[in-house]
Amino acid sequence: MTKVYSQIAIALAAGFALVASGAGSDAAAQNRGGILKYIIPSNPPSADAHRESTFGTIHPFAQFYSVLLRVNPSNPASTTDFKCDLCVGDVPKPTDGGLKYTFKIKKGVKWHRVNVTKNTPAETAKWSKAIGGTELNAHDLVATFKKLIDPPKGVISNRKAFFSMVESVTAPDDFTLVFKLKYPSGAFIPALALPYNFVYAKKILDTDMHWYEKYVLGTGPFKFVEWQVGSHIKAERNEAYYWKGQPYLDGTEAVFAKKYSINMQAIRGGRAYIQFRGFPPKMRDDLVKALGKKLTVQESDWNCALFMTPNNKVKPFDDVRVRRALSLALDRWGGSKYLSKIAIVKTVGGIVFPGHPLAATKKELEQIAGYWPDLEKSRAEARRLLKEAGQSNLKFVFHNRGVDQPYKVVGTWMIGQWKKIGLKVKQRVQPTGPFYATLRNKKDFDVSMDFNCQSIVNPLLDVSKFQSDTIASNQYAGFQDATMDAMFDKMNRSGDPAEQRRIMRKFEKRGLDEKAYQFITLWWYRIILHRTAVKGWKTSPSHYLNLDLANIWLEEPLLSAK
Amino acid sequence: MAAPDIQIDSRLEDLAERPPLGVIAADLVRRQPLGAAGLFIVLVMIFMAVFADFLTSYDPELNAFEDMHIAPGAEHYLGTDQFGRDILSRIIYGAQTALIIGFVAAFIGATLGLVLGVSSAYFGGRFDLIFQRVMDVFMAFPLIILALALVAIFGQKVENDVLLVIIAITIPFVPNCARVVRSSALAIREMPYIDAARALGYSHARIILCHMVPNVMAPYLIMVTAFVGQAILLEASLSYLGLGVQEPTAAWGLMLQGGAEEYAESAPWIAVFPGLAITFAVFGFNLFGDALRDVLDPKLRRR
Repeated sequence: MTKVYSQIAIALAAGFALVASGAGSDAAAQNRGGILKYIIPSNPPSADAHRESTFGTIHPFAQFYSVLLRVNPSNPASTTDFKCDLCVGDVPKPTDGGLKYTFKIKKGVKWHRVNVTKNTPAETAKWSKAIGGTELNAHDLVATFKKLIDPPKGVISNRKAFFSMVESVTAPDDFTLVFKLKYPSGAFIPALALPYNFVYAKKILDTDMHWYEKYVLGTGPFKFVEWQVGSHIKAERNEAYYWKGQPYLDGTEAVFAKKYSINMQAIRGGRAYIQFRGFPPKMRDDLVKALGKKLTVQESDWNCALFMTPNNKVKPFDDVRVRRALSLALDRWGGSKYLSKIAIVKTVGGIVFPGHPLAATKKELEQIAGYWPDLEKSRAEARRLLKEAGQSNLKFVFHNRGVDQPYKVVGTWMIGQWKKIGLKVKQRVQPTGPFYATLRNKKDFDVSMDFNCQSIVNPLLDVSKFQSDTIASNQYAGFQDATMDAMFDKMNRSGDPAEQRRIMRKFEKRGLDEKAYQFITLWWYRIILHRTAVKGWKTSPSHYLNLDLANIWLEEPLLSAK
Repeated sequence: MAAPDIQIDSRLEDLAERPPLGVIAADLVRRQPLGAAGLFIVLVMIFMAVFADFLTSYDPELNAFEDMHIAPGAEHYLGTDQFGRDILSRIIYGAQTALIIGFVAAFIGATLGLVLGVSSAYFGGRFDLIFQRVMDVFMAFPLIILALALVAIFGQKVENDVLLVIIAITIPFVPNCARVVRSSALAIREMPYIDAARALGYSHARIILCHMVPNVMAPYLIMVTAFVGQAILLEASLSYLGLGVQEPTAAWGLMLQGGAEEYAESAPWIAVFPGLAITFAVFGFNLFGDALRDVLDPKLRRR
């Protein structure tokens, strides 16, 4: 066994070395050609990223669209490095005391003219003929952002709240876009860089606001070829792409397959070269062992926090002592060590993405209940609180999502942790649809798993889940706290990072410890496995980012593979 | 005064003629060797379930991450899983889950089928016609598909996962047993003693429960035995699909599901041993059920 583990360790080291030496280096000469075959462990509920919040929409469709701003594709791990995609030059500085942003829009960006085949939907063919080859302008961006910020009745914009600071969006001329804000906000630029902000054609939106839910037509690096729902999606190079030389690939072919074992076997057998969401650690070890140098591993922290959410409205979880005991029982530091071997979680953190300037340091975290370095002291305090609350023999049902990674694995760990302070916990698992119905509508749970996955690392907005449930519709613990709401508001309106950080610490302490409304268990950890011949792509803290595929190229033998 | 004496003599005579248990067992092994093997497996399983607390010193639900992925050896005979839990302990405790679900689902399903099947045969006519068509609808679905549908229907309302699985498995058994029992009950309905009971003015319930049900016990018992094996397999299937019993409860299908996908290559023992447990349990109950059928069915017994 030792020999096997040594081999794995060597292979892993080789993988990391490859990453460190620039698996995604831009310095190498990029090959043109080839088809990128990738696998998506999901099925897109629709093609409209404005209404969806799943990677299942981003992974297949981001390649067809442009965005106004994006995370720097050469530095996607950065939490603050944003670049213009459709705008000219650098990200503009605000004027009028931080209340006005003016973007100059690139000229020569053309709407796709797709090659119509028997598999092309009639609607796509019709609009491709109507606007294909015409120039994108600022009015398209105004229409897009109006749909995002203030959608008409019946049209869903999933991240409308992210733009709450925007007063107006206008186009004074064909290539100038102006945002006016209600108040200066450090959260505005990250909100503009969300990967969900696909830019749509005004003419199409004016005709049918729901068109993009079923069909595809954009200005991105790849043009639509065909989409078989539940099966696959194909794309081909947009020769008229405005970033010169890109994309490098002739096209892409993505297959939808939810099961991770199928994903792994697809990469192992060469039927897919990459999967952009991430794999569990054990599958990484197995694939490294099987493919050796043919496989590259890229890893990073993941901007997804796994929550433990007590229902603050039901007894005995309306008692802060009971809620606090639930958190004190968890050995987060030890859990990180062991769970990172079997689940896609690793990093211990507070409410802010670990590593971000606004995140708590380890020393600061250790002041919060549930993060104390002395586990025995934590558990003794948990038992004392339960006894004081008359709940020493508490039994309850833990509500979880019917997905193995990381939900069920971490859920099983948590039940084991609670058992150590004398709690008897049963697990109730529901498929995704009913799981959300329970959280959002029925609310008939004791304690539930929940998560908060974001794309752009934007802590000022990412922590919105700790506002009152009358404000944050995704807060399922059911608490209202005017003090938390006021702190959130103050933090978002402050332009001073030091003050933001100071308020964030108080906000975090109150939410996780003093009031113990809901808790972070561990932060996710992203493990991307791809064939080493896939070049140019770098991992990021989110499975929603850096997915337009424009910067990927292939080496042999994948370059000439059929 | 003479009659009681004759009764006592008769009982004593019966007792005197009954051979010792060992002889019965030896006779069973000789005449039904496969059935005896099945019975042995079933008895081992029952023993494991009843004496689980004494057979292992490991807590089957307690995480022990320091011991994760230990291969089978002297300390852990069947190795440990990804949470460091002893697999042998979980298999032993898993027998409790399998037997509780297996016996309860088989008994309730077969008993409901028995009463409904006999009633359908007894009343006949339009009631029988409509009732059998309803049974046809249920029987049109494969067991696993029907069980999956029932989990989807009741999953929102029933929080107890074991109870949910029992409900999902019991309901598909009812029509299967009702159909078999009805065919036997149709012949019994035409017997003169049933006519005599009707003529004496007995209620329908009394005729069904006291005069018809006892005479269809043979097919009923065979169905119960067969259903236990099927129920164990269905429970394992539902748990494997993530719709049955949930962690941290020890259940064989759940253990299989937890180990099969991610650890098939690096820690195969996590999936292999629960898989073997399921195989042996179902095999044992099927062999025992077949032997029971051979013993109870007069046509087969004569051969």
